[in-house]
Amino acid sequence: MRIISRGFRGRRDRTEGGRLPPGQYLVRDFPVLSAGPTPRTKLTDWSFSITGEVDEPKTWTWEQFRSLPTETLTRDIHCVTKWSKLDTAWEGVSVDTLLEGVETAAEYVMAFSDGDYTTNLPLEDLTGGRAWVAFAYDGAPLEPQHGGPARLLVPHLYLWKSAKWVRGLRLMNDDEPGFWETYGYHMYGDPWREQRYSGD
Amino acid sequence: MDETELRLDGNAVAGILQEMFVPELTAARGRCVGCGEVGEMGAQHLYMYPHAPGAVLRCRFCEGVLAVMVRGGGRVRMALHGLVWLEVPQPAAPA
Amino acid sequence: MARAAIQRRLTWRVARVAEVVDETPRVRSLALSVPDWPGHRAGQHVDVRLTAEDGYVAERSYSIASAPDDGERLMLTVERIDDGEVSPYLTEELQPGDPVELRGPIGGYFAWTVDDGGPLLLVAGGSGVCPLMAMIRHRAARASMVPARLLYSSRTLDDVIYRDELDRDGGDGSGLEVVHTLTRGHPPGWTGRSRRIDAEMLAELAWPPERRPLAYVCGPTPLVESVASALVALGHDPDRVRTERFGPTGN
Repeated sequence: MRIISRGFRGRRDRTEGGRLPPGQYLVRDFPVLSAGPTPRTKLTDWSFSITGEVDEPKTWTWEQFRSLPTETLTRDIHCVTKWSKLDTAWEGVSVDTLLEGVETAAEYVMAFSDGDYTTNLPLEDLTGGRAWVAFAYDGAPLEPQHGGPARLLVPHLYLWKSAKWVRGLRLMNDDEPGFWETYGYHMYGDPWREQRYSGD
Repeated sequence: MDETELRLDGNAVAGILQEMFVPELTAARGRCVGCGEVGEMGAQHLYMYPHAPGAVLRCRFCEGVLAVMVRGGGRVRMALHGLVWLEVPQPAAPA
Repeated sequence: MARAAIQRRLTWRVARVAEVVDETPRVRSLALSVPDWPGHRAGQHVDVRLTAEDGYVAERSYSIASAPDDGERLMLTVERIDDGEVSPYLTEELQPGDPVELRGPIGGYFAWTVDDGGPLLLVAGGSGVCPLMAMIRHRAARASMVPARLLYSSRTLDDVIYRDELDRDGGDGSGLEVVHTLTRGHPPGWTGRSRRIDAEMLAELAWPPERRPLAYVCGPTPLVESVASALVALGHDPDRVRTERFGPTGN
């Protein structure tokens, strides 16, 4: 038995309905969510790596990473906690650029971050201009609370896939669950199909 | 006599499991796998947000993960691998 | 009071709003009538669930502000967060007679009964006073003489929740002392403290560590972090400093 709370609507801005996946509502601010304390890695200690099932692992220092060609993009983002934010403006390095010249038969990727966070994605979803390692938001360096110095950005999937404080991609032949996926979050996480939990 | 004749079905542990998992557990004490500190669950650090399916309980000393809970899709899943052990007081014997 | 021998699985139950009391311009108390309330310990909380007509559900936790000694009557005190989702509904829409779904009591760590003894050091920031008020009320209901001190930080005098009741209880000779501090301005003639709670204030007002006070600290995360660290730095046993953080985001 559910009791209806007369007159209760919740904080749900469903304007721009066509751009909102099912169950999402609009926010104007940028909520901060994290599964742990915010890591504070110095840029001089920072690196980004492509590891795992590759012929030759690659790694970049911050300086090398920042000398790669960059792209600016504007995308809608969707969090599994039901908020969506429209037209967020980012600058980053396309994952296509990072994977240039990488020989692999892998079909899956584990993104890994400072603070031991991981999340799994199909390699296909990280290529073809659909994913970036972003280092700037709204024209300013990405703040630590939002994943700075750099985070993965895969806007077409729920935001837990866009690993904050990302430090590399491990290529895998078989799909393996990352941090949240191990405990029941969906392996793929398409907001338009409302894939929140395994089995959805 | 070897262990195949001594071991029981898991059913037989039902009483202990109920002693363990029915009580209020924020007052339960546990030992962190990462740093070995002992404390009540309610004293640790929790990372949880409105409408979030998942919650992460971390050690207040080393921020290592103690427990992860995910609710949704008709079930609650819990992992306790960050705890060496978890302890609740035994119910007092009836007077 | 002994720990309840039988523990039940948490189930949602339907309470009715019996009365609403405006405590401050931003804070309202809801007196709820809860049939078959199993009783609680001071400091515990309940989950409140609201369901919209289309099935959308929002859940939040609220501390119980009433003493366990009030039977089936339960008081929740709610601060309105302006862009919040649940608190504006609870503080502005809900009327006497309306049903509310809740489950509880929940929690056992941040709880106190007179048998736990003292001296009792209560430190509150803003609406963090709510679970501590349940302890104060429980102490009074049991005519306990456990020495107790409440150090209570509010923005202004108008933001002080339960002000009259605290004034009364603080002067009733039962061994409860109430100390207010105001962080965002104070009225003319204010003789109380007027700064954030800091180590100096705690050194002056907390019992010395040798007395082994039992401390309960509740409020916004930054206040709780700084008070708990300061108490430990002053030599208090970390296991006797219990905290409840409200977190950074309102609701």
